[in-house]
Amino acid sequence: MTVAQEAEHHDPEVVEAWEEAPGVPGFFSTVDHKRIGVRYVVTAFMFFFLAGLMALAMRQQLARPDSNVLSPQTYNELFTSHGTMMIFLFNTPVLAGFGNYFLPLMLGTRDMAFPRLNAFSYWIFVLAGIFMTSSLVIGKAPDGGWFAYTPLTEKAFSPGINMDFWGLGVVFVGISTSVGAVNFLVTAFKMRAPGMTLDRMPVFVWSIVGMAAMVLFAVPAVTLSAGLLEADRIFGTAFFRPDHGGSSLLYQHLFWFWGHPEVYILFLPAAGMVAAIIPTFSRRPIAGYLWVVSSLIAVAFISFGVWVHHMFVTGMPVLAMSFFSAATLVIAIPAGVQFFSFIATMWKGVVRFATPMLFALGFLLIFLLGGITGVMVAVMPFDWQVHDSYFVVAHFHYVLNGAVVFPIFGALYYWVPKMTGRMLHERLGKVSFWTMFIGFNGAFFPMHILGLLGMPRRIYTYPSGLGWDGLNLIVTLASFVFALGTGLTLVNLIWSWKRGRAAPDNPWDGDTLEWSTTSPPPEWNFEAVPVVGSRHPLWDDGGLGYAVVDGDPVTASLGREGAKARATPVLTGVDAIPEAIMAIPHESYLPFLVALGIAVIFFGLLVKAALVGIVGLVLGAFAIMRWAWFTEADLR
Amino acid sequence: MTRTRAAGLLMAICLLAACDDRAPSSLRTHAPQGDRIAHVFWLMFLLAAAVYVVVGGLIVVAATRGRRRGGARPSRASDERFIWLGGIAVPAVILAVLATVTVGSANVLRDPGHDPLRVEVIGKRWWWAVRYPREGITTANEIRVPVGRPVEVLLRSDNVIHSFWVPELNGKMDTIPGQTSVHHFTATRAGTYRGECAEFCGLQHANMNFVVLAEPAADFDRWVVQHRNPPSGPASELEARGEAVFVRSACAGCHTIRGTDARGVLGPDLTDFGGRQSIGAKTVPNDRARLEGWIADPRSIKPGVLMPPTALEPDELQALVAYLESLK
Amino acid sequence: MTAVVVPARRPGLPLGWWGMAALIATEATIFAALIGSYFFVRATSPEWPQGGIEPPELARIWVFTFVLLASSAPLFWAEAAVRRGRLGQVRAALLVSFVLGAAFLTNQILEYRELGFGVRDNAYASLFYGITGLHGSHVAVGLLMNLVVHVKARLGRVGPDRHLTLTLFAMYWHFVDVVWIFVFSSLYLSAHVR
Repeated sequence: MTVAQEAEHHDPEVVEAWEEAPGVPGFFSTVDHKRIGVRYVVTAFMFFFLAGLMALAMRQQLARPDSNVLSPQTYNELFTSHGTMMIFLFNTPVLAGFGNYFLPLMLGTRDMAFPRLNAFSYWIFVLAGIFMTSSLVIGKAPDGGWFAYTPLTEKAFSPGINMDFWGLGVVFVGISTSVGAVNFLVTAFKMRAPGMTLDRMPVFVWSIVGMAAMVLFAVPAVTLSAGLLEADRIFGTAFFRPDHGGSSLLYQHLFWFWGHPEVYILFLPAAGMVAAIIPTFSRRPIAGYLWVVSSLIAVAFISFGVWVHHMFVTGMPVLAMSFFSAATLVIAIPAGVQFFSFIATMWKGVVRFATPMLFALGFLLIFLLGGITGVMVAVMPFDWQVHDSYFVVAHFHYVLNGAVVFPIFGALYYWVPKMTGRMLHERLGKVSFWTMFIGFNGAFFPMHILGLLGMPRRIYTYPSGLGWDGLNLIVTLASFVFALGTGLTLVNLIWSWKRGRAAPDNPWDGDTLEWSTTSPPPEWNFEAVPVVGSRHPLWDDGGLGYAVVDGDPVTASLGREGAKARATPVLTGVDAIPEAIMAIPHESYLPFLVALGIAVIFFGLLVKAALVGIVGLVLGAFAIMRWAWFTEADLR
Repeated sequence: MTRTRAAGLLMAICLLAACDDRAPSSLRTHAPQGDRIAHVFWLMFLLAAAVYVVVGGLIVVAATRGRRRGGARPSRASDERFIWLGGIAVPAVILAVLATVTVGSANVLRDPGHDPLRVEVIGKRWWWAVRYPREGITTANEIRVPVGRPVEVLLRSDNVIHSFWVPELNGKMDTIPGQTSVHHFTATRAGTYRGECAEFCGLQHANMNFVVLAEPAADFDRWVVQHRNPPSGPASELEARGEAVFVRSACAGCHTIRGTDARGVLGPDLTDFGGRQSIGAKTVPNDRARLEGWIADPRSIKPGVLMPPTALEPDELQALVAYLESLK
Repeated sequence: MTAVVVPARRPGLPLGWWGMAALIATEATIFAALIGSYFFVRATSPEWPQGGIEPPELARIWVFTFVLLASSAPLFWAEAAVRRGRLGQVRAALLVSFVLGAAFLTNQILEYRELGFGVRDNAYASLFYGITGLHGSHVAVGLLMNLVVHVKARLGRVGPDRHLTLTLFAMYWHFVDVVWIFVFSSLYLSAHVR
């Protein structure tokens, strides 16, 4: 008999095997990837709205010339915190959150490869976020810009504690990103449904894999740039201090070696979300799957070879910089391939304009412009004029807000019904989209002009009579419209939480495995793991396939036996043939305790109290050792 | 109004703004370097507009095609060829054009020209030290150059990174502590060109602006002759009193005025202060009332500035201001 | 639609192995970036080492380089022994590795005290202490891991089919040794090349 035939209704033994403690204890000990994924998304959105309010405050100050709504110190703290929070505490974690929730579901497995490590990476993120945000509470927010160039951010020129929140915070949150990447890679490699060969993996999964591989090799650079900066500040070392033989350019190289891949670390999963939405709402498979996957991989590689384009005005030899200029131009090609694949997908399909699709279309129109201006600033001489002007602010908001945030909002409308079991309000969703789209373009398009008119970035005020006044006012007004649009989605989420229509298993008629589960899925995802025979298992004739159980325990783990044992199969990397069984760990406080220990270490460094740091070290070390103690008990 | 009309209106507003001639615009340039970059921009703008219209149109058509035809109509075009053409072939051609333009322009922009006028500029917090080594003149926040002669700017910093940017003349170049960067421009029209610091450098980054004053060669030569020698000294008793106040107060500890004993180097050289257009790197215009306010408490005008307040008797302050304004 | 699923004949490497491999990749990148920084600062410095500091002495560090690299060998023995269930040999091998690793670390601490410069003196000094210090702390963590595996073996929590901690520790320790080869070549050997 097949595993599917066994899994007709919820077996109480299965339910019991997957139960987690309720209430507060369960909150701190969960290892369920879905609960963790939801937390990531909710926490990240809290930072999104906080950083968004900061942007509105900045725009308030810039609406009129010679304004003193905000003091220069406050303004500088705001733009630093806005950028830092959006990149480190919103964009990166929210994409990891969706990846966390949907990777195991799309792959057809019951959890991530390292569930406790998964919980740990969330706790690090939240604690690091609290660490950094506490600076705002005490009025000492970082004020050196989100890339914190030296020597400005060295102790001599930034004597307060402000930049220490930044430097230590960046190292702190980087632990979460790196560890999360390890989890994504091993899960995608070893825990797919039988028959899901690499060329049958959904594009979203490929985009997460690409992202994770990039994280492994990019995050160390920013850990170093921020970590060595903090060593200079706290311990008086001389890595970046020119008066002691150090190099401030070295800081920029290290920072941007991460900084550039980082924007593709954000772009790839966003493009992956679009690659999930467009085929569903065009009712046809994605066009040129192999082209799209190859281009994702190409982007991942090439993105490591372009970082100097952030340093075109530092006076390096033109020949050396030309190489990076060329590489930056080249990266437009894989982006173009993905673009035309999306267009081709829609071309032969019939597009339904539901809210997720609207956000995907918005992404296409916005990213087209952002990509074009990216090619423009890749041309070195032009960059010499617009670098550090509002033109560049426009460019990166088009690609980081438009090309990342719009897909994220699309993913909300697409996937939240699966996560909560309730549909979002469609009409409100459409109004939210249009408000966001109009507000976004009204706010950021004029910034191109302002940059060409000579307005530098990061200035807390500007004089009248330079021709900048009217455009700045338009930008401010439109930014409030955009904020209103995002607020409407927030209202939608809150409303639908209780009042939304009940969501069916597959409200959009999607093709990937997450749509085969209930909405929301049970704790164990799949009582019976399907066998996959194509890229679009839910669109195949005859429906999902299941394995025949013949007594082999590994095959049996695909069905109810595995669910009852709280286990999931482990498969070979390339061909997805089951080879072993992994027992999923029970809930545990250890991930939280290790994260707490690490937080205490960072706090000790912040206040320069060695004793506090040592306490954290001891706590963390003990928790890790206890964690390692039980490694074998959980494996068979 | 329809969405298309709204978008068009937005674009029109923006383009009209671009024609504003009060702005330090990188599109209304008066130097071969800036001109070249502006030409590059317009070429790219045309390509960009064409690409946006074509690809944007494809997006709109693709999204509405199925609905208009009342169902999925098979298209004869193959996915692969479409992706290859639109995603690889056509972009490659455009990018190759841009790559050629990049390399060609970059080399031209770094060309020093014949017998350039050399100016040393040091980025400070938050002002610009300016020195003409061959002419022996030191000033601040104003760079006077002759029209038509190439200028070679040697950029340095002894504190944090700043960036020297005069959009109407050329792109920008950072001043990085520990290295000297070389920058070029040749002003082709007389005028006053706004310069800005374009790298975030702390609290008063927004108020670290300067001017390039391009004037006919004869006027420039006259200015050089006038300023290479120390000023002739105070012309009235009030001004003499002002000079005495300057030299014996804290002023002389930070500022230099050639021809007096004041030799401080922490703050700007004030030898030709009276002729300057602004105080505090274009923070406020240079007139007596504002100068009094500045001397009494600079931080109330430019918070965070390193110059401390100076307490003087009102008549001393008046004498000092008269003296400073006489330095031309 | 049903399918006959034939499981693989032999299980492959454990999940933890892949996880540790990914962690090693990211840690290796930190060291690579640090060593890259060392050469970047060196390329832009008129003299090297900066500030009149003498290039590091080689005699003793050669010896302890071999000591550290030798500490990897017993772990191969330990992995073979655990597969045969010879826990006594496992513990002996771990002990030998521990002693060699601890000797290396002790020498490093002694060397620090004999160096004529402090970490704050200049960028060369900061890089020297920073890179060797980061490596040394990795050695220290490795020694701690050694102890944990040792105690687990003593308590019978390690066996022929449950020795993941030993495998992961061995991977980590080999990585630490390989990193030392690069650190040694860059900071010690190449400093003597003009």
